[in-house]
Amino acid sequence: MSQALVTELMDRFEQVTSVSMGQDAVVIVPRDILLDVAGFLKEKNMDAPVACTVIDWLGKANARFEVVYQLRSTTQGYRLRMKTPLDSEDLVCPSLTEFWSGFNWQEREAYDMYGVVFEGHPDLRRILMYEEFSGHPLRKDYPKDKRQPLIRRKAVTNV
Amino acid sequence: MGVEFSTSQLESAAIWAKKIKKSRTSNAFNWGRKHSLFTYPFVTACCGMEFMSVAGPKYDIARFGAEFPRFSPRQSDLLMIVGTITERQGPVLHRIYEQMTEPKWVVAFGVCASTGGFYQNYSVMPGADQVVPVDVYIPGCPPRPEQVLDALIMLQERIQESRGHNQMLEIRRTTVKENTHLPVVS
Repeated sequence: MSQALVTELMDRFEQVTSVSMGQDAVVIVPRDILLDVAGFLKEKNMDAPVACTVIDWLGKANARFEVVYQLRSTTQGYRLRMKTPLDSEDLVCPSLTEFWSGFNWQEREAYDMYGVVFEGHPDLRRILMYEEFSGHPLRKDYPKDKRQPLIRRKAVTNV
Repeated sequence: MGVEFSTSQLESAAIWAKKIKKSRTSNAFNWGRKHSLFTYPFVTACCGMEFMSVAGPKYDIARFGAEFPRFSPRQSDLLMIVGTITERQGPVLHRIYEQMTEPKWVVAFGVCASTGGFYQNYSVMPGADQVVPVDVYIPGCPPRPEQVLDALIMLQERIQESRGHNQMLEIRRTTVKENTHLPVVS
């Protein structure tokens, strides 16, 4: 079980708190120590970057966004989830691509869909939407009916 | 070495010869066009499996003269839009349509290409007709092969009557041209 790892992590870093969420081990890591925690976990054989995504808690007073990293150890066979709360005024999160290069495209997608800027990312561009697109479509306040067409028929053929 | 015709072929040829004689030559051209459609399958999604089924031997779209999928738009005159079109693909689709030889026709294959289908979001275009003029829409998610064959027969009727979007555009263009060359009668 990853419980031993979580205890070790919490002993090492005082600011890390653990949340019980079903059978998964979930820790909440403040942004300032995220890189240190990532380096620690990398040494502890958490070698597989499973997913990086963002949760938008629209209406929450502070810490509207939450960056979620899901890690797995292929040698130990357990998982660990890290959550980093971010304020909507200051949407900057350190990039974990230097530890797990597999997070490269995942963080690009998180940037594309939610607008979280990953500091230290080697190539932070949109990955799914086109460059002309403005806004971040998976945010809860993005209008459902809003379209941003690149091309329309009336504009291209003058019939 | 002669060419052998069966009786039915000779009969239909005779019927067409009669029809051609008493109508315009464009009818003869259209008759040739509708039985020799070169398809460009613009396959983007799961409807492609159903397109393969239509093209395969069981349903056999070749019976209607649309056997040949050309994977170059410059060698085709029927654009089959098979699957979901996203906003990002719009310029690509338009460019492919522009590259095709005239006269050309477009079939929206499946409900996503026709209306956007069950996608109502920021990324999916609400129907391929936002970008290219579509002649025949096939509903269904995915459509049955019979529906596709029915749509092809509908398209053939349209072609024969010069009612394809591109054909009508061409007719309008030529008539305007002719009129400008007419002497002005006071």
